[in-house]
Amino acid sequence: MMDAPFWNREIETADRSGIEQIQLQRLKETVGWALKTALYRKRLGHVGINSPTDIKSLDDLRRIPFTTKDDLRVSFPKGHLAVEMGEVLRIHSSSGTTGIPTVIYYARNDLDNWTDLLARSIVATGSTSADVFQNMMTYGLFTGGLGLHYGAERVGMTVIPIGGGNTKRQIQTMKDFQTTVLHITPSYLLHIHSKLGEDGIRREDLALHKAFIGAEPHSENTRRKLQDLLHIDAYNSYGLSELNGPGVAFECICRKDMHVWEDAFIPEIVDPKTGEVLKDGQEGEVVLTNIVRRATPMLRYRTRDLAFLHPQGCDCGRTHRRLSRILGRTDDMLIINGVNVFPSQIEEKIMKIPEVATNYQIHVDKKGALDRLTVKVEIYPKLFLGEVSKLEALKHKIIEELRSSITISPGIELHEPGSLPVYEGKAKRVVDERPKD
Amino acid sequence: MKITQISVFLENRKGRLSDVCSLLGDNGVNIRALTIAETESFGVLRIVVDKSDLAIKLLRENQFVANFTDVVAIEVPDQPGGLASILKLLSEHDVNIEYMYGFVEKFSDKALLVMRFEDTDFAQQVLAKQKIHVVTEKDIQGL
Repeated sequence: MMDAPFWNREIETADRSGIEQIQLQRLKETVGWALKTALYRKRLGHVGINSPTDIKSLDDLRRIPFTTKDDLRVSFPKGHLAVEMGEVLRIHSSSGTTGIPTVIYYARNDLDNWTDLLARSIVATGSTSADVFQNMMTYGLFTGGLGLHYGAERVGMTVIPIGGGNTKRQIQTMKDFQTTVLHITPSYLLHIHSKLGEDGIRREDLALHKAFIGAEPHSENTRRKLQDLLHIDAYNSYGLSELNGPGVAFECICRKDMHVWEDAFIPEIVDPKTGEVLKDGQEGEVVLTNIVRRATPMLRYRTRDLAFLHPQGCDCGRTHRRLSRILGRTDDMLIINGVNVFPSQIEEKIMKIPEVATNYQIHVDKKGALDRLTVKVEIYPKLFLGEVSKLEALKHKIIEELRSSITISPGIELHEPGSLPVYEGKAKRVVDERPKD
Repeated sequence: MKITQISVFLENRKGRLSDVCSLLGDNGVNIRALTIAETESFGVLRIVVDKSDLAIKLLRENQFVANFTDVVAIEVPDQPGGLASILKLLSEHDVNIEYMYGFVEKFSDKALLVMRFEDTDFAQQVLAKQKIHVVTEKDIQGL
């Protein structure tokens, strides 16, 4: 066995029974907190769980019904909050399937636990306090930025909280401070590579060593390509705000898929149609229970991500199972440059604009390394008065409406009525031309 | 007196302009004046024709997005400075022009221009007062 780096060797290499003991203990506590919330009180009661003592073994987890994104929409804002607001230190939010966002609350210990999981993840990649870390994910309500930020500080790295965008400045910063580790989406990293050399800064001028890549699914081929092009090691990272954010699963130095931190999360792979729990090695929907968060307990959350758990151990010696890279979605959610976009969000906004007729199409393709979203709409003939400025204003109005909902600015194409394809039955609203490599 | 312009929305697609002209031509509609306002992604074709009602009917039946706009046809001295003098006059009287373009034919020995005003009624008052000759719908049909 290799001499892999650990943040907490004891936990990370605990044997199965040790892990399961911890899980059971923490599951009971979590059920206790969940029973304080409107979201869980009744539904747990319906299956005979009215107190933590009703959880006698990990098998009892399966009695608990799944939690879905719609449940969180319905319980917005506080139906799933288990503590008083005074105890909440942080609020993060992510896009909902329609206008209502998903909100997650963190009490002090929850933040501490989350940060610890990230420190553990970072150390697992071989990064140390000697590293200079450029956090290129969005800061703000999105968990990707602040999550890794605090984890990196806990490890003692030198953190540059630069956030996303402004490619020239990103590259200049990498040179100025000799950044060694990046946190970034794979598509943006590819884009950065394409821009090297433009301002006289070449790869040789940089000290890049590693990248933590996440927020959008990508293939092994893409990872290898990034590694080859940039001469770095790229580590896959998985998380979602409903389960804290990043730090649910992370690759170790072996880079053979991501260890789920099983003392903090109970992962299940289920058949998306029947809900039946599948065996390790079988592909299905990732369902996660967070057992180290008090303010917003989350039991059996259906992520809608498709993946499988590796039955075998890892050469690093960790006993926490590895989750495969994400293989797809069970719903129609799109990921555009790391941002989650539901077609229904777009539809909701478009339908409210009177100048737009009912036929539209969502088009996704690549512009260079980056994803590009274009919404094609048919204009409504009666409202056309012949003025170019009004049509341009309409375009801007559509962009603003959409941006308020999906946070990114799509391209808008105005089309004549009847020119966009119409399909029998369910319209094929989304055309995704990005290569599935 | 106002005349009728037809505005047609044109997607940025090959052959759209040609389709419009063929449609009108095949049905005996004659284009008297024409201009295209383009943007990066679409265009607006503006035409003055001899049979407006027929033109609009044909366009709409053939899935074009088309509508009427009120414009004015003005005669302008056909010599250097002719247009400038008219524009100066209009500007002095606070008449705002949104766009303009030329006719194919002349009505008399003067040049003939289509003008779209921000406030058509106000513009007409000023034109009448300044004795600038405005060509009527009937005159257009006779061109």
